[in-house]
Amino acid sequence: MTEPGRAWDDAPLIFERSRTGRRAGRMPDYGLPKPELPPELARARAPRLPELAEPELVRHITALADRTFGVDTGFYPLGSCTMKHNPRVNERVGRLPGFRDLHPHQEDEGAQGALELMWTLQGILAEVAGLPAVTLQPAAGSQGELTGLMLMRAYFADRGEERDTIVTADTAHGTNPASVTMAGYKLERVGTDARGNLDLEDLRGKVNERTAGLMLTNPSTLGLFDEGIEEVARIFHDAGALLYYDGANLNAVVGISRPGNMGFDIVHYNLHKTFSQPHGGGGPGGGPVAVRETIEQFLPAPVVARDGDVFRLEHDRPKSIGRVRGFAGPFGVFVRSYAYMRAYGPALREMSEVAVLNANYLLAKLRDAYDLPYDRHCMHEFVLSARSLKREHGITALDVAKRLMDYGIHPPTVYFPLVVPEALMIEPTETEPKERLDDFVDAMQAIAREAAESPELLKEAPHGRPVRRLDEVRAAKQPVLRYAFDDDPAFVG
Amino acid sequence: MSSGYLSLTDDDRAEMLAAIGVSSIEELFEQIPPGVRFDRELDVPPALSELELVTSISDLAAKNAHSGVELSFLGAGIYDHYVPSVVDVLLSRGEFLTAYTPYQPEMSQGVLQAIFEYQSVICELTGMDVSNASGYDGTTVAADACFVAKHTSDRSKVVLAETLNPQVRQVVKTFALGFGLDVVEVPHRGGTTDPDELGVAAADAAAVIFQQPNFFGCLEPAADLAAAASSAGAHPIAHVDLMTLGVLEAPGEYGCAMAVGEGQSAGCPPLFGGPHYGFFAARQEFVRRMPGRIVGETIDADGRRAYVLTLQTREQHIRREKATSNITTNQTLLALAGLVTLSWLGPQGLREVGETSMALAEYAREKLPLEPAFEAPCVKEVAFRTPIPAREVVRRMRERGVHPGYVLGRDYEGMDDVLLVAVTERRTPDDIDRLAQTLEEVLA
Repeated sequence: MTEPGRAWDDAPLIFERSRTGRRAGRMPDYGLPKPELPPELARARAPRLPELAEPELVRHITALADRTFGVDTGFYPLGSCTMKHNPRVNERVGRLPGFRDLHPHQEDEGAQGALELMWTLQGILAEVAGLPAVTLQPAAGSQGELTGLMLMRAYFADRGEERDTIVTADTAHGTNPASVTMAGYKLERVGTDARGNLDLEDLRGKVNERTAGLMLTNPSTLGLFDEGIEEVARIFHDAGALLYYDGANLNAVVGISRPGNMGFDIVHYNLHKTFSQPHGGGGPGGGPVAVRETIEQFLPAPVVARDGDVFRLEHDRPKSIGRVRGFAGPFGVFVRSYAYMRAYGPALREMSEVAVLNANYLLAKLRDAYDLPYDRHCMHEFVLSARSLKREHGITALDVAKRLMDYGIHPPTVYFPLVVPEALMIEPTETEPKERLDDFVDAMQAIAREAAESPELLKEAPHGRPVRRLDEVRAAKQPVLRYAFDDDPAFVG
Repeated sequence: MSSGYLSLTDDDRAEMLAAIGVSSIEELFEQIPPGVRFDRELDVPPALSELELVTSISDLAAKNAHSGVELSFLGAGIYDHYVPSVVDVLLSRGEFLTAYTPYQPEMSQGVLQAIFEYQSVICELTGMDVSNASGYDGTTVAADACFVAKHTSDRSKVVLAETLNPQVRQVVKTFALGFGLDVVEVPHRGGTTDPDELGVAAADAAAVIFQQPNFFGCLEPAADLAAAASSAGAHPIAHVDLMTLGVLEAPGEYGCAMAVGEGQSAGCPPLFGGPHYGFFAARQEFVRRMPGRIVGETIDADGRRAYVLTLQTREQHIRREKATSNITTNQTLLALAGLVTLSWLGPQGLREVGETSMALAEYAREKLPLEPAFEAPCVKEVAFRTPIPAREVVRRMRERGVHPGYVLGRDYEGMDDVLLVAVTERRTPDDIDRLAQTLEEVLA
């Protein structure tokens, strides 16, 4: 019997709700003879899938949703992730039968509407980046990075040049160095100067004829636009190298500054950040890549092409790096991002303006309560440090993050970028109203006071969530990564 | 006019600018060097209201020949299985839809538990010990598996059966260059792969990937292929379809080291190619080399059972250039659609899906006025020889509202007269009768 208490204390696994013989779905009986499989290929033991009728299945999903916090629930200033509102019209058009039930092997003439949408989307993305050619294929930002690096390889191989090193910033997302390794390149790191820009002195000493290119986020993960970007581009281009733009922070500059004009040769977009594809608890995303004319011939095939009023997938691309994902990309993501862009039109610039305004407002309100490692106006996000709280009261960035939960706010990104100790990376996005920003300011200021007055409250936070802090060491040391069917009498025998 | 997605009033803006200590938003952009500021309006299509958006995008959708207007037997990697209505219960819940990766477990127990349940279902279906939280699709998880194989052996070659989905092979080849792997392909013999031939090719390979059922719809001698790879010291990797694993043996039961595949058939509509999800499962020995997110069970400070992202020292945000993968955003929402679909089916339903498809495939073999191209048994897809080029059959049939299937000549030399016909439980015997009748008309 259930003890009275908070409803969400009880969270059985779906397997624990299972009872032998129950079921929700059944297949139609077409009255055909029962087929036989060769015994050596047939499944010997039925898979132990949960057995539930529909009512409990729906309750289970609902209970899990109740224990999850999304942008729909409240403020979610997770830096570098651009957790903006996801318009519901995008979900509606993303489910239209003409898209949902369209097979990706359909002949081009049977997919003209889908191809037209992709072609128009490519055009908008090209205009936003200031680069002429776009592939929609990559599945997410990280895959866009790997695609970009494979494009560099193809570009230099075609020119007969041997270059083996990629330069990244010490503020870079972890995906940048990980992608460098996966693309078979060596890594060179460059530091950050006192204003938060790439350290040009350090850079000059590390770029040479072995350098294939730079991977850079601009604005950086510090939320600062690199004031020396023109000189950075000159250094790489003078050395015959290329510049790759990690579009993770593109939400800061749409219609304000274009990567192509900054000197970047290859750009990836995160459709799930800048262009509102819902994050889905961790995905799906979309990571299109735009390039200069000189690199276009290497783009993954197929690309969407247009002949007069007819659209087609062009597969015959002899110098293409090849395919990076199935089909022509995550089409449902394209529909949502296309709808988002069409809702703004040329006013996309206002999206970025308000994102920057919101971030600077929070920065202005919080700079006295926390340390500010780089004292400049920020772009769409900024990084504070809990260094003083730690020194004076033993309160860490993690404690601040956990206590924010008690105020009904999702914590910012913590301990990143690595160059800032006790980092709190805050990205409000443009879709937050001033009242929610003020709530956040109040909460952050209250927490700074609590750190001094009652630090134990923070050390033990959160207090109002379904669970308290977790034993993460135990999770890693004694990994339990799936349900223990063998220990459950319902699934044995 | 301001977008309906923005909330700041003019008064809000004025108050906020004053708090910042600037007189305009423009002032905030002074950190951008003048030479790289964008000084004109974006040249993009004009803004539309929500009503206009729905009309305009519906017009585009209506131009497509989808399975509601054309009787389709297309498969070849993407299958028109039934997606249960409960999947929309999940996909419409804003908490799942609008959350991101559960970095803060106290805020995200629901999505973490759901991923743990998904991992459990994938392990159970594939017979493996560990599953990640999903990869991008059925192509990229195969490339991931090659990366794992390279780092768990001292070999630098992978062997792919030619009967492995061509797009999967293409993606593996694209990334193999960066991984420092050579790719060798083993041709099919009469629609399936010869274990001896595969074993010879696997002699100095890190891994062998084959598909079950293979791209031609044929059932491979999977246990013999896995044994041939293992004897040669290569990791056997099976590329499988979740919706067939109610009737087909689990890869873990016939000696595979890893099992990967395209999850679309379980829970995702075709949607012109995505987003879907790739699944990645492996034996315990590979756990510390797994790519991507993994959720583990633990306890909280009060001893309550709880879930958390774990083994994160494999991952890019901790390990950077030494990470096992660069993957960050994956396909969580679609993987959860898979969990819900497979739970809705349960073991009996999943078995029925497989048996219904097999029965329909057998019915198609009997009824269609075409000869099967291969003799091997099939589960849900059958390759047939056409007396005229298969492309021409498709063209003539589509004029009559029927898409008869995939032309294997698109990918395989000498197969311009082979048509791959997919039958899921959504195609009825009447549909197959219509396919047969229309074929007779266009071939007459």
